[in-house]
Amino acid sequence: MSPARKPPAAQEFVKGVWRENPVLVQLLGLCPALAVTNSVANSLAMSAATFFVLVGSSLLVSTIKKIVPTDVRISTYILIIATFVTVADMLLEAAVPAVHKELGAFVALIVVNCIILGRQEAFASRNPVGRSLLDAVGMGIGFAFALTLMGAIREVLGNGTFLGQAVFGPSYEPWVIMILPPGGFFTLGVILLVFSALKRRQEARTKGASVPVTAREAA
Amino acid sequence: MTAPAGSPARPPATAQRLIATLGGFGALAGLLIFVVFTGTQPRIQANKAAALAAAINEVLAVPDRYDTLYVAGAALSRQLPAGANAETAEVVYLGWRGDDPIGFAIVANGPGFQDNIRVIFGYNPHTAGLLGMKVLESKETPGLGDKIYKDQEFVSQFTRIQAPLVGVKEGQGDGKPTELVMITGATISSRALIKSINATLERVGPLLEAYRPRESP
Repeated sequence: MSPARKPPAAQEFVKGVWRENPVLVQLLGLCPALAVTNSVANSLAMSAATFFVLVGSSLLVSTIKKIVPTDVRISTYILIIATFVTVADMLLEAAVPAVHKELGAFVALIVVNCIILGRQEAFASRNPVGRSLLDAVGMGIGFAFALTLMGAIREVLGNGTFLGQAVFGPSYEPWVIMILPPGGFFTLGVILLVFSALKRRQEARTKGASVPVTAREAA
Repeated sequence: MTAPAGSPARPPATAQRLIATLGGFGALAGLLIFVVFTGTQPRIQANKAAALAAAINEVLAVPDRYDTLYVAGAALSRQLPAGANAETAEVVYLGWRGDDPIGFAIVANGPGFQDNIRVIFGYNPHTAGLLGMKVLESKETPGLGDKIYKDQEFVSQFTRIQAPLVGVKEGQGDGKPTELVMITGATISSRALIKSINATLERVGPLLEAYRPRESP
């Protein structure tokens, strides 16, 4: 039996952005997705930090996978992830102190974000560096897409602004609940509903297209 | 712990190899963190100093300069008290306009509705008047408690009020100079702010009154 053929390299990138989006499909990383998305700036900063940690860790884990003994691989991955998180934390504090203060402990908590450890164990430790990089970049962009979408909806409705700039006129009364914790759950719920409906429609279309013409005519 | 399904079976590693692997990666991680820490600390410290200077400027209405004074027992001193840590020692800032002292900027800390509220306020001990207030750290409820720093009408009261502060509900005050009109819907946060400022003034107020800038060390 021949070994299973790997999908084209581009697929490794695309899957994380859409088909296997870590937040909207795999429902991973929901803690930061709910906690820090009360503004677009916070969402972007958290996305950038997570992207940096994910890409850095995947590159390193994929490079050293052959020299790390199996028994200590998880400990080694966590050590690598924690190092990148500490570096990201210090860089954020130096570059954007106000946003760093807003994010609080959630930057340090990237260490326990299951997307990152999950990609190391499920992908980077079994694939070459190039594919691991594409996978990490795709997943990082997918995570950023989900967080920014949530942040935009919550900030626009909950504060009447986008990146601090007023969107509506002065008569707009902000829906304060949207920037409070319940607003995070409402927003995520609605996005998941829309995403799921889109996926079902796409699946139905794909199924319809794969039915032979004669069978369709007979029906 | 099992090996990843996709990876080929490898002979078990010796204890020395496990220790060397973790030790080696730990050392490299430490080195990387040290390098980044060394590179970013000057910028982080500069950011903190700039934020503090901006806050002092705001609560003392842009002084020409300010002195850092340490609370040393029952007095204020320009020198760090013996054995005290510069990072943790309690400080107040004395602002100057030309050759005249204009007031002190003091940091107060107290429990709010969600977490501690940290504020800095300007105070003139000779008139017992506040000169301004700025919230440095707060996790008060967005849209409600956060009005203690977003509601400009509330914040502006701190430039013309006298200590000790007395919180009153809107429309219920007697017009006394110590009355601070609290925010409707953020009464707990308003009270927390008043309480922490009053408590701080009760503690350091006598020191500020007794301090003679031109005679003290």
